[in-house]
Amino acid sequence: MTEEKKEAKVVFERPHALLPVVTNYCPGCAHGIVQRLVAETLDELDVEGRTVGIAPVGCSVMAYDFYGCDMIEAAHGRAPAVATAVKRVHPGNVVFAYQGDGDLASIGMAETVHAATRGENITIIFINNAIYGMTGGQMAPTSLPNQVTQTSPYGRDVATAGYPVRVCELLSSLDGVAYLERVTVDTPKNVRKAKRAIKKAFQTQVEGRGYSLVEVVSTCPTNWGMTPQDAFAWMRENMLPYYPLGVYKDVVADGFANAAEAAAARSAACPIAHPEAMAEGGAR
Amino acid sequence: MKGNEALAESAMRAGCRFFFGYPITPQTELAAYMSKRMPKVGGTYLQAESEVAAINMVYGAAAAGARVMTSSSSPGVSLKGEGVSYMAGADLPGVIINIQRGGPGLGGIQPSQSDYWQATRALGHGDFHIVVYAPSTVQEMADLAYSAFDVADKYRTPVMILGDGMLGQMMEPVVLPEPIDPATLPEKPWATTGHAHQRPHNVINSLYLTADELEKLNFERYERYAVIERDEQRAETYLTEDADVVVVAFGAASRVARSAVNAARERGVKAGLLRPVTLWPFPKRALEETIPTAKAYLSVEMNMGQMVDDVRLAVSGRAPVDFYGRTGGVIPTPDEVLERICALSEKVGE
Repeated sequence: MTEEKKEAKVVFERPHALLPVVTNYCPGCAHGIVQRLVAETLDELDVEGRTVGIAPVGCSVMAYDFYGCDMIEAAHGRAPAVATAVKRVHPGNVVFAYQGDGDLASIGMAETVHAATRGENITIIFINNAIYGMTGGQMAPTSLPNQVTQTSPYGRDVATAGYPVRVCELLSSLDGVAYLERVTVDTPKNVRKAKRAIKKAFQTQVEGRGYSLVEVVSTCPTNWGMTPQDAFAWMRENMLPYYPLGVYKDVVADGFANAAEAAAARSAACPIAHPEAMAEGGAR
Repeated sequence: MKGNEALAESAMRAGCRFFFGYPITPQTELAAYMSKRMPKVGGTYLQAESEVAAINMVYGAAAAGARVMTSSSSPGVSLKGEGVSYMAGADLPGVIINIQRGGPGLGGIQPSQSDYWQATRALGHGDFHIVVYAPSTVQEMADLAYSAFDVADKYRTPVMILGDGMLGQMMEPVVLPEPIDPATLPEKPWATTGHAHQRPHNVINSLYLTADELEKLNFERYERYAVIERDEQRAETYLTEDADVVVVAFGAASRVARSAVNAARERGVKAGLLRPVTLWPFPKRALEETIPTAKAYLSVEMNMGQMVDDVRLAVSGRAPVDFYGRTGGVIPTPDEVLERICALSEKVGE
């Protein structure tokens, strides 16, 4: 027996950055998958000891009890503002916020947009499941047209409730952003892709390249009223055409060292943005 | 120096290296001063997208262990209420400046004291207090800003300095306190700085879903508030030893009240001034010392009558309490106050 144990090779275990606790997530919820991917990333980059995570208000409100790194619980929507300040106080810390669609794209939209445009060197993990889960299934800023929720019982009427927000597309216009990718976690293949994106986002921060965000298109079996399998099928059928997967910004792939360089190239024709050119007599 | 600038410089000398704010009149010079000076000392001035974001940046910087402050004026402070409540709930220290203007709503930009209730009663939701200081001179703007950070750190509580447009904008000579190197400040072992695998993870949080647990934490916090009420009450008394009429006034209104008290004395009316320096905790002990001689109290405020509630509570029916105030940004004149003192003196003298 003892001999056998010695021979045993560990092929799968809990990431160190995830505490050995039971989460409050519903069966079939994808939060568990994504949180594990974040924790694996902290382990692999060996940064748990210098990481500060920001939990949102929403289903992952208690993420501060699940991650092993230092954690802060933020007010609803304010995680990017809190993350901004933590990073400014300790630039050597790795700082991430984990937010849902209501938190990030509705009540916290101002904080989201401005942290991105400031180019805060932080990482945002954004779970988009098109519904408010924690409060029982209300319409979210990312709920699809005609999607039935508790507060859109006849389906989201775009004539009165407006259109869903495409976060990656919106943020891709901002100069402070270094890396944006939209992924999902419905299949092992996509989970591996999501892991690569999350790891790349954290690497972007560690290397000081600028703001990074990974949007995970996800499900809510409980409030959608579906089995986990059906929820993923509904997501593939309805959400992915509206929220196409892929990389929305990658300044490194575009040939720049960081967001600042990409921003400078984009504003090359603006004299005041380029005092060095002015000094050379190239501008007034 | 202008009051706003003296306050800003003094805060930096107290070791504050992080300022998050949003433009609003009449605190303008305070943020402008910070934007000029912070980069020179390796500090951070960040103009936030809103007062809501600014106070949550204060929350984050405080959680990370820094001495941090924000400043605003009345409408902006309303927006900060949410964040201050979260700071209280998470036991985070930080300094909030309110250079008050007239309200409600967008109101005006002239000096006012109409946020007394907000500061001492209802800045945010939930069971909590913050310590509130009311300076009355530029020197005191500097001195109270300096000590506010110590008090905030000692009790792990938000601290407010409640000034007004007059104190913020006026110039007086000021002696600035000695600069503190932030690196020499005591460690905050509870701060979220990254555990470096040397300690269990720290969590900054105000969510407690078990009612008994939340009640216990609120009880503990109120034990701390009891210590603050015992140890941190501050007030100045002027000619109150034999006063028949005790004028109670804070901040800019206390300057007017002092002139009126002097004028009353010249007329032979025994008037005195009790000037609360802490609005919460209200200086009940200083007021209690005036009870044996006082025949009447007159609360003079630049609002419709807010602190007068606390005066009445402290006096507890043992003497009549009158109120005189101007509002909307109008500053009462010494003559107006003098008239009320004399009328009150005649009334209780009979």
